[in-house]
Amino acid sequence: MPFRVSVPLILVVAFVAVGLVAGRRDTRGRPDVITIVSSLPRSGSARGQTDVIVNGIKLAFHDIGYKLDVTDPGTGEKRTFALEYLDLDDATAAAGQWTIEQEITNANLARNDPDVMAYIGTYNSGAAAVSMPILNRAGMFMVSPANTAPSLTRPGGTAERHEPMCYRPSGTVNFARVIPTDDLQGELSALWARDLGVKRVYILDDNELYGGGIAKVVKAMCPKYGIEVLGHQSIDSKAQQFTPLMTTIKGLNPDLVYFGGTTQTKAGQLFKDMAAVGLKCPMMAPDGCFEQAMINTNGANNFAKAKFYATFGGLPIDALTSGKGKEFVDKYTALYKAPPADAYATYGYEAALVTLEAIRRAGKKDRDAIRTAALAVKNFEGATGTWSFDANGDTTNQTMSGSTVVTSEVTVDGSPVTTGAFKFVRALQLPPKK
Amino acid sequence: MPLFADTPEVLVTLAQYTLLGLTKGSLFALIALGYTMVYGIVELINFAHGDLFMLGSFVAFSLLGLFGVRSAGNPYADAALLLDCFLLAIVFCAGLNVLVDRVVYRPLRNAPKLAPLVSAIGVSFIFMNVGLFWGGSQDVNFPNLVSDDNLFGETAKIRFTAKDLMVIGVTVPLMLALTVFVKFTSLGTAMRATAQNPVAAQLMGINTETVIATTFAIGGALAGAASVTYGLYVNTISYQIGFQNGLYAFTAAVLGGIGNIPGAVLGALIIGLVTSLGSFYVGERWTSALVFAILIVILVFRPSGLLGSRTREKV
Repeated sequence: MPFRVSVPLILVVAFVAVGLVAGRRDTRGRPDVITIVSSLPRSGSARGQTDVIVNGIKLAFHDIGYKLDVTDPGTGEKRTFALEYLDLDDATAAAGQWTIEQEITNANLARNDPDVMAYIGTYNSGAAAVSMPILNRAGMFMVSPANTAPSLTRPGGTAERHEPMCYRPSGTVNFARVIPTDDLQGELSALWARDLGVKRVYILDDNELYGGGIAKVVKAMCPKYGIEVLGHQSIDSKAQQFTPLMTTIKGLNPDLVYFGGTTQTKAGQLFKDMAAVGLKCPMMAPDGCFEQAMINTNGANNFAKAKFYATFGGLPIDALTSGKGKEFVDKYTALYKAPPADAYATYGYEAALVTLEAIRRAGKKDRDAIRTAALAVKNFEGATGTWSFDANGDTTNQTMSGSTVVTSEVTVDGSPVTTGAFKFVRALQLPPKK
Repeated sequence: MPLFADTPEVLVTLAQYTLLGLTKGSLFALIALGYTMVYGIVELINFAHGDLFMLGSFVAFSLLGLFGVRSAGNPYADAALLLDCFLLAIVFCAGLNVLVDRVVYRPLRNAPKLAPLVSAIGVSFIFMNVGLFWGGSQDVNFPNLVSDDNLFGETAKIRFTAKDLMVIGVTVPLMLALTVFVKFTSLGTAMRATAQNPVAAQLMGINTETVIATTFAIGGALAGAASVTYGLYVNTISYQIGFQNGLYAFTAAVLGGIGNIPGAVLGALIIGLVTSLGSFYVGERWTSALVFAILIVILVFRPSGLLGSRTREKV
């Protein structure tokens, strides 16, 4: 019997062989290169904020010419690493916001690339909850410029029973953030509301980790500041109009409507529907609404009808008038020919700075050494002030700010057009403990 | 003394949310009619209908942007521009709907029912991506051209604004006109005949393709009118409104008995009332669950919908 060659069989064998060779994980990488990735929603409506975060990160690398000189503290060996930066997107254009699948893909990409030493992200707290366990197993330092859900790092308060240990399967801390958390933001919102003369508040939230969490804190803190909570409801952020809900709220006659949510979860529609039912009190929202997109997508003229207040977990650009903060704004303006369009720029820059500092202190290309060095950072002098990471990876920086939308009339082609922008109103700080 | 101050609180509340619900429901009804009419004639669930509605709102929005309408502009110029918006959106949606039927559905007229259905889903995706390309993934603010002032006076306990009146003022005459058209014109009679039995209608000398094209044109025109009304009423449009409103409108059509014109209107009004009253009496976050729970309950007891089995005519 002649030996018969089966072409399909050969093809299958060849494919498998090629697959085995090509698919083998490259575990060595390039010895002189350190890659830092960021995972942020680069498409969709958070684009404006993440553009400036990425600009901030790039500025920090640009400052040192994408080269990092380190000295190994153990051996005294001096080395220079070339820095590479990968700007990953955890959103899809179709979804318009971050997706679980994309965030997992990004985290796995970082974990499997031996050159990746740090992960800057995420923007949404829900996304961090997805990638934290993956990166924790890889022992990689993760630093967020924007995640404010307290339960990511601390038990108690609004955290579920399994939080935050479910994000740390290896038992060690690898996640840190350079922005203060929502529990503080919630309390400071209540404090600001009291100072604005609010006595009665109605609380809404978008039923998400971030929005629902902060609304719970505001609700818990209001009695402490002498504010009566008239009611608290979650909205369905896929609904398109809330006139029945706003009619109900109008009947209770509040001094303020607080919405725990973001621009993407219908903050603007709620605000417009307040005006539509004749509810004239102001609205206050957390930093998820503190973006120019909030004004642009909802029409600046609508913000002329009632006050819109937003708190932010740090100081906005127009409040950075001295020291390292001003230095940052100047450098940013010089590089990008315009000042940062959004306050998150500072936090992107700060996250990149502290990452570089950690690599410098570790002195070698080793994920574990960098993670340990990063979480040991104390009295760091950055653009947001002098701060340290505490044992949970949270920043000790506790200054927040309140802003409001200011509208103005300009004339374009002979007809009046309303434009609007957030303006810094005041810094918010807890009264000193007795 | 404010208006309705003597009316008991319970009645005021009930009346208020009923008004809100009827307003919203009549808007859903305009879209639901497009689903139900097409189904009545060709037994096709035109999933692209909601997205056609979405594109209509972008056409109107772009026209407004082109002529730079401002909320503080000359009221007569604004009114004329609004009328143009309505006309353009109606013509655009009607034309596009007929075109889609001619290009996509007509070649599949004698194919198994699943083929046009899947094509409809495909057209829906194409429209949605056109909308995404046109308006971006963010919400877009639709100019607020109709007043929010209460027609009963600002102190009245019941609120009914010029905006609400505009919605009713657009939807009710259109629905009446449709009823008159279907009941009393010869083309309307031909439509009813085609719905009852297309083969027999053809034997009687009715050009069924003309009837089908007319149906798509009318359904599209109603969606076009609904899209501008929606933009002016809700003041926010995005590429996703087609899917969301389409789902509610389709539910309304099924609730009333798909293929039945009064049924679609009834179903839409019920959905409007459930979302509005449900928001007050049950809670805002439960409203959509409530709508679909009611749909399931009704379909369990009346599988052909509320008015589905009473008449044999499908249009």
